[in-house]
Amino acid sequence: MIEVENLTKQYGPTVAVSGVSFNVQKGEVLGFLGPNGAGKTTTMRVITGFLPPTEGKVRVAGFDVAEEPLEAKRRTGYLPELPPVYPDMTVVEYLAFVARIKGVSRRDIKMRLDETVQKCAVGDVRYRQIGKLSKGYRQRVGLAQALIHNPEVLVLDEPTAGLDPKQIIETRDLIKGLEGQHTIILSTHILPEVSKTCQRVVVINSGQIVAVGTPDELTRRLQGFETVLVTVEGPAAAIIEKFQRVAGVNWVEPRESHDSRVTLEVHSEKEKDVRAELARATVESGWKLFELKTSGLSLEEIFLKLTTKDLGEEAAAKSEKAVN
Amino acid sequence: MRNVMAVAGKELRAYFHSPIAYLVMTVYTAICGFVFYSSTAFFALQSFRMEAQGGMGMPALSINEYIIRPILGGVLTVVLLFLIPLITMRLYAEEKRSGTIELLLTSPLTDMEIILGKFLGSLFLFAVLEALTFGYFGVLYIYGNPNAKPLIANALGLLLYGAALLALGMWFSTFTKNQIIAGAVGLAVFLILYLLDWVSAFSQSTVGQVASYIALTTHFDNFSKGVIQLSDVVYYLSVIILGVFLTARSVEALKGRP
Repeated sequence: MIEVENLTKQYGPTVAVSGVSFNVQKGEVLGFLGPNGAGKTTTMRVITGFLPPTEGKVRVAGFDVAEEPLEAKRRTGYLPELPPVYPDMTVVEYLAFVARIKGVSRRDIKMRLDETVQKCAVGDVRYRQIGKLSKGYRQRVGLAQALIHNPEVLVLDEPTAGLDPKQIIETRDLIKGLEGQHTIILSTHILPEVSKTCQRVVVINSGQIVAVGTPDELTRRLQGFETVLVTVEGPAAAIIEKFQRVAGVNWVEPRESHDSRVTLEVHSEKEKDVRAELARATVESGWKLFELKTSGLSLEEIFLKLTTKDLGEEAAAKSEKAVN
Repeated sequence: MRNVMAVAGKELRAYFHSPIAYLVMTVYTAICGFVFYSSTAFFALQSFRMEAQGGMGMPALSINEYIIRPILGGVLTVVLLFLIPLITMRLYAEEKRSGTIELLLTSPLTDMEIILGKFLGSLFLFAVLEALTFGYFGVLYIYGNPNAKPLIANALGLLLYGAALLALGMWFSTFTKNQIIAGAVGLAVFLILYLLDWVSAFSQSTVGQVASYIALTTHFDNFSKGVIQLSDVVYYLSVIILGVFLTARSVEALKGRP
């Protein structure tokens, strides 16, 4: 539905996006993840036809955005970072105006308006001036604007930025509800959002793609080894030594200790479950086992690993040392 | 065309839902009213004097020449140099500041449809101003009988003059997010284009003639006399087309920047 091929965008000498390629399938929700200034907004602006690409091709629903911009734009709904609203218009006036310029036929305007107002839950403010609405409502009006012509493709730039937690959940649910009916690209620098709303993630950093995959896949790929957290009551040094000798364990690292309890991070070889062995070792030595669980790398950690080079290298060096 | 009208309607709405339209209309009618009163009073005085001096047999003073022409050519053309920037300064600057430019440029509209829509929207507000002026002239028919035909030329000339200023003002508005700057640039350029005419007062050389020809108000002179001359019409149409074209170039360039 959306094909981005080798996209490069330069502003004078600065390269905002360089050689980015990815596809979004029909009905898919793709998360576009990256720190601020990574090139997310630029990429989205090229997809929506706001900016022309310096190099590369972008096709939306089969139409090249540079060659057939009107056809591509007719099929795209776009919510920029700041909802593009006219503060002195009422919600209904605004949506009717957007419907007209998006090419909704005069006959259908009223129907589309009612449907969108209902879908985005802005019915109770429909005759209020947009400038007087709260940020949450304004964001929903922005979303309604993107949906008014029932586009095949939705491009949402940080749809939850600046909202309070309750509004974030509402917006997320709203986006979840659109899944399947539209093909969605959603950018964010907030991680839980991605795992909650997206089927696939593209991680971008300084204008380049650093990883693509489902949230689960990314977690698995980056770990390289499994991590188990164990909380045991007993002498820390002895426990660490015992665990080191368990088959398959790479290295053991103390996390924290409270009173006589220690929490250890046990790193094992890839695809090897050492939990049963650890439990046996603990019990055999007469220590008390309080907790035993696998700890997946959180998206947060993956994100940091992918986007900050130093940290990634540090982790790699650490695992190397442990192996030796 | 439907798209152009949608944008034009939005612009017009924006004018009448903000203080701009009312501010401009108030200032304009106040100045119009003052000038109308003073020139009518002067005309009455002159007519009275002529009669007192026994001006029998001499042709009566022309209302068109003594009231309408000074109002249009002498005062309103200058007043508009100040008021038009107030109308045009928001056209693009406001969209850029509030981010709504992203909505317009990602909608299935061509740049030209947006530009023409904005231009027509502001032109309509100007037409309202012009109608107010001619409302004053209508009063003259109650007490006198001004010649109606020159009024047509007057109306056409004022419309062309206003449209030319609007097109240029719209172009200045694409430069910046700041409405004040867009307005100030407009005012400065309009004043320079107006002052160019003064060059011809002290220089009859080619330079002086060219400067005078470029000046915005020079070409209004014939219209204010009630004469429609093709060269004047062509001049104003060229300025309008130039303004629209430069706006299109500027919007194009705007897309290359973040």
